[in-house]
Amino acid sequence: MYKNLRWKLITIAIVTALAIWAFMPPSEKVKLGLDLRGGVHLVLQVKTDDALRLETETSSEALQEALKTAGITVTAPPPSSATEFEIQGVPPAQDAQFRQIVDQQVSVNFDYSASGGGTYRFRMRPNIVVRTRDSAVQQALQTIERRVNEFGVSEPVVTPYGSAGSDQIIVQLPGVDDVARAKTLIQNTARLEIKLVETGPMSDQASLLSAYAGQVPPDMEVIPGASATPGDPTTMFYLVRRTAGVTGTHLRNARQIVDEFGLPAVGFTMTNEGATRFGRLTGENVGRQLAVILDNRVQSAPVIESRIDREGRITGSFTLQQAQDLALVLRSGALPASLTYLEERTVGPSLGRDSVRAGVTASITGLVIVTIFMLGYYRLAGINAFVSIGLNLLILLGFMAYLGAVMTLPGIAGFILTIGMGVDSNVLIFERIREELGHKKTARQAVAAGFDRVFWTIVDTHVASLIAAGFLFQFGTGPIRGFATTLFFGLITNVFTAVFVSRTIFELILSRRPAGDVRLSV
Amino acid sequence: MRILKNPNFNFIRWRWHAVVLSLAVIGAGVASIVARGGLPLGVDFQGGTLIVLRFEQPTSEDVVRGALGALGGDTVVQQFDNDPRQIMIRVPTVGEEQGVGLEATANRIKEMIQAANVGTFTVENQEIVGPTIGADLRRKGQLATWTALGGILAYIWFRFRFSFAVGAIVATVHDIAVTLVMLNWFGYDLSLNVVAAILTITGYSVNDTIVVFDRVRENLRFSRREPLETVVNTAVNQTLSRTIITAGTTFLAVLALFIFGGEVLRGMAFTLLVGIVTGTYSTVFIAAGVAILLSKRAPVPATTAAQARARRKA
Repeated sequence: MYKNLRWKLITIAIVTALAIWAFMPPSEKVKLGLDLRGGVHLVLQVKTDDALRLETETSSEALQEALKTAGITVTAPPPSSATEFEIQGVPPAQDAQFRQIVDQQVSVNFDYSASGGGTYRFRMRPNIVVRTRDSAVQQALQTIERRVNEFGVSEPVVTPYGSAGSDQIIVQLPGVDDVARAKTLIQNTARLEIKLVETGPMSDQASLLSAYAGQVPPDMEVIPGASATPGDPTTMFYLVRRTAGVTGTHLRNARQIVDEFGLPAVGFTMTNEGATRFGRLTGENVGRQLAVILDNRVQSAPVIESRIDREGRITGSFTLQQAQDLALVLRSGALPASLTYLEERTVGPSLGRDSVRAGVTASITGLVIVTIFMLGYYRLAGINAFVSIGLNLLILLGFMAYLGAVMTLPGIAGFILTIGMGVDSNVLIFERIREELGHKKTARQAVAAGFDRVFWTIVDTHVASLIAAGFLFQFGTGPIRGFATTLFFGLITNVFTAVFVSRTIFELILSRRPAGDVRLSV
Repeated sequence: MRILKNPNFNFIRWRWHAVVLSLAVIGAGVASIVARGGLPLGVDFQGGTLIVLRFEQPTSEDVVRGALGALGGDTVVQQFDNDPRQIMIRVPTVGEEQGVGLEATANRIKEMIQAANVGTFTVENQEIVGPTIGADLRRKGQLATWTALGGILAYIWFRFRFSFAVGAIVATVHDIAVTLVMLNWFGYDLSLNVVAAILTITGYSVNDTIVVFDRVRENLRFSRREPLETVVNTAVNQTLSRTIITAGTTFLAVLALFIFGGEVLRGMAFTLLVGIVTGTYSTVFIAAGVAILLSKRAPVPATTAAQARARRKA
């Protein structure tokens, strides 16, 4: 009598039941990849140099402010690189005071050295460079995630891509049709700045600077923008104060509104700090123009009629969709650095459906072919093979559904290969059993010998394939990963079904017969 | 039913002939690949744009090709999935394919087709890969392949012996080479799916080889005095029916994938089909041959009589 036969059967039944419970109903429980569902897959690169440059410029300006307050006059050319800037013309008499201020303000982040003649060169410390890059990527990740969530995509994916310290991000948007809109939404830097207008708008830069002898004064800059008349496409130029009175970081909220002409626009409200600054800016400059600058382009330049604290708006020739998108983007915060797209894959939903159907057809056909052959060649033992391979696929599906692994089209190919592996293991066992029967062993001895001898062979072959699958998983993204996952788990479940399940079935059949019997349909 | 009753073919005798045949096939293939300027890298590895359009009305490749004339000679236009309404268009990287320019080619294609009035269409599938990612994927693909081979070599060395491991790896590299040659001859591109299939073949080919080596190891325990060639040949013959059946059934299953699985998977299925065939062939002729060759230099480690007796009891 076979010991433990009942326990073995119960184990198999439980495992099967768990597997079926895990993946039923398939439409809900099985996660489909983009290539089966339809959607967009994007790889973006965060231009972290932008973030570095911003940090350098801000530090330089802050230092200049502090020096001015202390009464030290210096000049500072615009930074030469993303991580370096200079201060020139430090009076030797105030050198010690200068150094003191530098130590207070920027020496935490910047190394500095004197290059003689009152010039100091500042360079960002290497660890600060790394930290700034990393935080730029982190911030970009969060901002993109917020935008994507608002976009209304179900189960979006926004994750870093590549090894640690990489500046690449993967974005996956299942079920999205309008790729262009999604990309614009994600990529929009949305840098909002409100600056005081000195002169403008004028149609060319020369007339703009006529009052300043053709030179741009150090505390001002020239920015292109829209003309004053709505609908006029020509570009005009504005001369504005360099430092922004209010920026996008001071926004609490933004939403799409309608302006006095009935055109779509964006209305925004300030945070407390923003309100203070905005109030001061408008209160001190009634009658002058304020330039509303979006991504370094003047959107509009309304005249300040009275002091405003909390609210403002951006007008321009927006469509309804554009106004809504802009509000969304402003709400989610500005991107710390610009993004470039490196890769883009879109799968339409009908292709996805076709692929699912094709994959399922192929799998079932494969299984049927294999079963017919096994029945023909190994007679009743073929049923054994069918049960173990079938269970293998069921358990594999259940396993993957339970782990939340994603099923992709190559993953379906992995299923087919699992059928192949299942056949392989069963054939190995059956051939061995036939051989043992040929050596005049009894059926029970043959079965036991067959399984025992073959066990390590099965382990060896599966480990070798597992190694290959492991590296595949490392190398791949998306669809390939799905394939590697299916292959990997398929191999593991195969060891279970080919060795444990198949043997149990044999033992079940043999337990009904006397011990010395040689007949076995194999 | 049994296909081979106690086969006793002298495979080992033909191993050098097999090597010559393999070298000939690979040599001719490599020559052809070099002549056409390298492996047929798809969009995934070269960078570029691939679009599949579905038209309302059936249309022909020539009409679409004519509409896209201005894009240049590298543009490939093919019917997709044997469906007269679906056309696949592929354009390799044209200058800067990053940032704003990434979808420039794709948009141009759509504009040109609309301008030529070929018909209304929807975009079924669109893949645009910038050159950085393309080079990245190429590097990763090669790294994955070599490390997988290395891992497998280590494992077989650990479980069997070094000469066997080398034999297995040589057979696998042979399979990869033959597969690449076949892909080139039959006009398939190297896409991500195809490379995944190639990595799978490494696992599969080694599978076969391990089964034979396992049998060799077992036979060696009982017949230390026979020359290695005989032992190996016997092992191959003993596992022959298993090899043929497994290869045959897996081939049939993958064939189902090739026929019914849809265009997207066709390259992958083809690769697997070729891999199954060469995997079996290389196990019998190449792996065994190399293992024997190398084992001649290093004598087979003798198990003591006591150990042999103990094993026979188990």
